[in-house]
Amino acid sequence: MSVQAIVPDYRGVVRDRFENFHGNQLVYVAWDKHLMFCAPFAFPVPPEMSFKSLLTDVATDVFAVHPEFDQLDWSKAEWLLDGQPFIPQLDVALKDQGISHKSVLRFQTPELKGYMGADI
Amino acid sequence: MNKNKVTTMAAKKLSLKEKYSLLTRDLDWEFSYQDRKDAFPMEEFEGIKITDWSKWEDPFRLTMDAYWKYQAEKEKKLYAILDAFAQNNGHLNVSDPRYVNAIKLFLTGISPQEYQAHQGFAHIGRQYGGVGARIACQMQSIDELRHVQTQVHAMSQFNKYFDGFQSWSNMQDRVWYLSVPTSFFHDARSAGPFEFLVAIGFSFEYVLTNLLFVPFMSGAAYNGDMATVTFGFSAQSDEARHMTLGLEVIKFLLEQHEDNVPIVQKWIDKWFWRGTRLLTLVGMMMDYMLPNKVMSWKEAWEVYFEEAGGALFKDLARYGITMPKYAALVEKEKEHISHQAWWTFYTHGHATGFHTWIPTDEELDWLSEKYPETFDKYYRPRWEMAKKLEAEGKRFYTKALPQLCTTCQIPMLFTEMDDPTQIAYRDTVYNGDRYHFCSDGCKDIFHDEPEKYVQSWLPVHQILQGNCGGPGVEQVLSDYYHFNVGADNMDMKGSPDEKRWKQWKGVA
Repeated sequence: MSVQAIVPDYRGVVRDRFENFHGNQLVYVAWDKHLMFCAPFAFPVPPEMSFKSLLTDVATDVFAVHPEFDQLDWSKAEWLLDGQPFIPQLDVALKDQGISHKSVLRFQTPELKGYMGADI
Repeated sequence: MNKNKVTTMAAKKLSLKEKYSLLTRDLDWEFSYQDRKDAFPMEEFEGIKITDWSKWEDPFRLTMDAYWKYQAEKEKKLYAILDAFAQNNGHLNVSDPRYVNAIKLFLTGISPQEYQAHQGFAHIGRQYGGVGARIACQMQSIDELRHVQTQVHAMSQFNKYFDGFQSWSNMQDRVWYLSVPTSFFHDARSAGPFEFLVAIGFSFEYVLTNLLFVPFMSGAAYNGDMATVTFGFSAQSDEARHMTLGLEVIKFLLEQHEDNVPIVQKWIDKWFWRGTRLLTLVGMMMDYMLPNKVMSWKEAWEVYFEEAGGALFKDLARYGITMPKYAALVEKEKEHISHQAWWTFYTHGHATGFHTWIPTDEELDWLSEKYPETFDKYYRPRWEMAKKLEAEGKRFYTKALPQLCTTCQIPMLFTEMDDPTQIAYRDTVYNGDRYHFCSDGCKDIFHDEPEKYVQSWLPVHQILQGNCGGPGVEQVLSDYYHFNVGADNMDMKGSPDEKRWKQWKGVA
């Protein structure tokens, strides 16, 4: 049963459909083991945006406040897309490499241990 | 006519027992020309089987006339103290102006939920076929209305002198962190009448309420806030009644039919989890917002849940009820959640309706002492980092909005409890859309009723859909949340609250 309702076949209104974001899709981005950022960030971006643009035009500004950001080499970062290992193609649109509405992108930088080496 | 007169005369001589019977059980009647099922249309759809309402034992033998009398006496005492508090400038006696932010959180986060509890109990007080249950719920409904009123009155003194108290009723439906308690009650109120009573009456009022009221009221006492202490005392006898109702409903449902047991267990699992997620805010308040600490969140959890709740569930075992599903996980969480939550609020301090701050060195040492296994290892370095950035004039506020859990609506701030350096991610795809959760508990709840939670009004997504004004966060805060931007939000250091306090106290 998909809901305990007093009427038969009750269906909820899906509040976060792609269509409600005026041409954008949501992408969540997180830097693993860098808990200065308490949670992943939610970005509304066009599905046609390239991965490179997501990094340089959207994510950089938000993550650059981290003291280790200067040492971050995007080309060495390891990625997970919705929990699965993922190799991004920089010049390809998000939608053309499986990054869909409400996908989670996590990047890992094993050589960077966070502030005071404490995963922060 | 004559007959009525006789009844009135006789009523004066009724024994308490007779009066009780007439004013409660006797308020019901037999349905001669309507089907009883049409009169109580919500009684069966949840799958709960009631075979005999007369087996309901009224949890408190109180009639309406006695109820009014007791409550009126309590009101008189309460308002006398509130008057004295105002006349003596009681707000100047609080331990530290940071304390006031704890009651800003109470007024905006808890008081509106008293009102929702009032609405919820008024609704279910109409829906049960048994008159005893209806009367008990109606009384609790009036109690809850009284609570929101006395809380607002008690805190109104602070509204004259501190920022952040002015738009609590507007904020409750809109502000990102207030959607956590608000959606909790929306979830309960949109459920059937039996689930509501297990959710609010049992899981919240009976199992978890001490973890809400004791910390806030003791916190008020420890920090010189007589107004809040007094409404706490004034609500205490009501709370005792509410707890009795919560326990009665569980025993009644379990004794009525064995088919009720798995349904009730599922609701206990769900609402225990939702309740502990909600109480994260209380844990953070205890460990970080009270200048004079009462006890740590961890200690409170051990006393009020592990000991008291453990005994309760032992008692319920004879009905086939077991400990809530994620109780063992929560035992690990008590080491972490308050720290993870206050860091979230601190780093989003530009978007909160109260002030945030770095704990003092003394407070950091207190946290190390209370959390010897976790604080120095995982959480102290965050505050060292914050101190360094602040000293460099770069007080840290995050620049984008966080991802939220679909069920509890809390930012995805919780870690795996066996790896506190790794955010916990859970997700599912339902009808082609992806949904995210902070925990297995929240994912389970979604999975059980996806058509309910696809409707979650997630504040971050609503902002990004353009439904909360804008275009920028600052306009959302000022125009949609009704914050006084620059006064209500940002760090305690340099705030108007702090400046005024220093003037009153004559310190530079």
